[in-house]
Amino acid sequence: MMEPGLYHILFISTALFFIGMYGFFTRRNLITMLMSIELILNSVNLNFIAFNKYVWAGKMDGLFFTLFIIAIAAAEAAVGIAIIINLYRSHQSIDVASAEELKY
Amino acid sequence: MPNTINIILVLLLPFISFLLLGLLGKKYFSRTAGIVGTLLLLIATVLAMHTAYEYYFVYGKIEGLYHSFVPLQFQWLKFTHSVSIDMGLIIDSISVMMLVVVTFISLMVHIYSLGYMKGDPRFSTYYAFLGLFTFSMLGLVLAANIFQMYIFWELVGVSSFLLIGYYYEKPSAVAASKKAFIVTRFADFGFLIGILVLSYYGDTLNFATLIERLTAPESNEFKLAVSSTFLGMSALTWGALLVFMGGAGKSAMFPLHIWLPDAMEGPTPVSALIHAATMVVAGVYLVARLFPVFALSTPVVLEGIGWVGAVSAVIAAIIACTQTDIKRVLAYSTMSQIGFMMFAMGVSNYGGEEGLGYTASLFHLFTHALFKALLFLGAGSVIHFVHSNEMSNMGGLRKLMPITHLTFLLACLAIAGMPPLAGFFSKEEILLAAYQHNKIVFGIALLTSGLTAFYMFRLYFSIFWNKPYEGHSAHHGEGGWTMMLPLLLLAAGAVFAGFIPFGSYVSSDGLILPTAFHVTFSIAPVLIGLAGIFIAMVFYKKSTTHPNKIAATINGVYQAAYHKFYVDELYLFITKKILFNLIGKPFAWLDKTVIDGIVNQTATVTQSIAEGIKKMQSGKVQSYAIYFLMGVIALAVLFIYIW
Repeated sequence: MMEPGLYHILFISTALFFIGMYGFFTRRNLITMLMSIELILNSVNLNFIAFNKYVWAGKMDGLFFTLFIIAIAAAEAAVGIAIIINLYRSHQSIDVASAEELKY
Repeated sequence: MPNTINIILVLLLPFISFLLLGLLGKKYFSRTAGIVGTLLLLIATVLAMHTAYEYYFVYGKIEGLYHSFVPLQFQWLKFTHSVSIDMGLIIDSISVMMLVVVTFISLMVHIYSLGYMKGDPRFSTYYAFLGLFTFSMLGLVLAANIFQMYIFWELVGVSSFLLIGYYYEKPSAVAASKKAFIVTRFADFGFLIGILVLSYYGDTLNFATLIERLTAPESNEFKLAVSSTFLGMSALTWGALLVFMGGAGKSAMFPLHIWLPDAMEGPTPVSALIHAATMVVAGVYLVARLFPVFALSTPVVLEGIGWVGAVSAVIAAIIACTQTDIKRVLAYSTMSQIGFMMFAMGVSNYGGEEGLGYTASLFHLFTHALFKALLFLGAGSVIHFVHSNEMSNMGGLRKLMPITHLTFLLACLAIAGMPPLAGFFSKEEILLAAYQHNKIVFGIALLTSGLTAFYMFRLYFSIFWNKPYEGHSAHHGEGGWTMMLPLLLLAAGAVFAGFIPFGSYVSSDGLILPTAFHVTFSIAPVLIGLAGIFIAMVFYKKSTTHPNKIAATINGVYQAAYHKFYVDELYLFITKKILFNLIGKPFAWLDKTVIDGIVNQTATVTQSIAEGIKKMQSGKVQSYAIYFLMGVIALAVLFIYIW
């Protein structure tokens, strides 16, 4: 069985990134969009881990950064969901197209 | 030595009156403002007279020479190590003389206004303004340096502005106050430049030092001031000329006199105080203050002052003969008399016998203040009685207002120069000084004194004789004792002030000037004066048609004089037609189209660009994300492939 290398992991992370991007641009549901953002963040996390392991194996920077990102992403999800709940209360909907009052 | 506390009190008491009545008057002194102001000024007057007495008779004269004292001096603003603006008080023979004049006349006006302004809704404000004016005028008189004098000079202008516009509901009063302020400000602009020139070359602002440096031909300052020239005249000449311009504006000298007749819109006691006795002679005082500079260093300017004075005197006298508003007649008479003072300065020299004009000028200032204030206050009583300024509404008042009639007659005789009243002595001295120095000016002066007698008695006969009085019957009499007491006191002054040997107190060099009295010389002026009175009597004692006939025969001259020789029209032409059209309008166009245009265009361009791109802000989160992504990609491409 083939040992997975850096390129495989980078491939997965890129795929994850674009899946997230695709979801973010095409879905109207705000929860789905939030999930897409999580996918993008996780693709970045994967990148950090992979580079840390394969390029600078002796260092811990990538690991710490990943932990930071996970913590921040949790906070971001909490804030994001709170926003979505408030939006739902005022608009009776979590469709992003229904919340476009803030424009010119 | 001068009593500093006294002098400071003289200056500050009117100011306290101003602050007290101005800040608290409406609330606490709406009835008693007059009494408070009058009492404060009474104390100031007593102190001023005490100061004058002590100066002239106790400490002022040292070995026959009047000295100048500076009892108080402190630095106020320091610019460089040598130039600073100080505040100081100067005590010399002219400033104490003016102290007495200003406080006394102001006191008379304060008392008179108790009756005249009774029941006025802004009674306390009126007294506050009077206090401000008195304070500023005393400050002007006591100023020890030229810049301090300028500060008070402007303050005097402000109080004059406030009091002319006192009846601010009347559009004419507002216009008059504005006119007075603008015209005198224009003149003060010259004064300020003059101050800067003189103080730049003299390297000081103090009067004493300035005079000392600019009159000594061997001093460096003098040499520099004489050697720097501009347009063919030395800097010193320019400085003196511009300083005189300020004085001419304040003293209503031709051609800057146009504000004075209009200033009569103010309450009559104010006209008596400001526009007859005190403020308008500030110009004469200024020339007197800087007299050594004028006389010793710039005789050209002094000669010019003489001519300006003479021309103003005669023009004002001619105009006064044709006016029908009694206050305007008095205004032109004031201008004419100040013209007398000015040309007396102009024909004078510094020191000794030659300085007769200087003494005569200030003597006339002194006596004129008394009898002209009296005339104005008398006119005030008449106006109070008939409720009109027009001569045609008066006539036959001598039985109805006996005290006013008597005092007015005395004042008219005084101003006409009839012996032995005050005006006779001072005018004689002026004529003598003119005769000794400039025969043409003497001729003009002689003519003017004849005209003076004529127009004053035209006024007198029109008010008190002419026709029987037809207006309302006198239910309030001619005014209470508050209005009669100042008339009587001033009348006493107008009768007896002439006997003061003025030359023993005030002279150009501080030495005693013996004023010899020439009986033979006095014959001509007195005869001319009598002739003026006689003609006025023939014309106006009974209602006759002579004046109209004469006016018809010299219609052109009469019309010109009646319209004040069209000086106002000339000013309006210059300002409205030439300045506004040729300078104002092009600049207005430039401002409106070019400068405003640039600004407006900037705004329009910004707005149209914004109009074009604002659609991008659609409110759709996902389109923002697309823009963001495209931006990131563009940056990535830029950094990877192009940079």
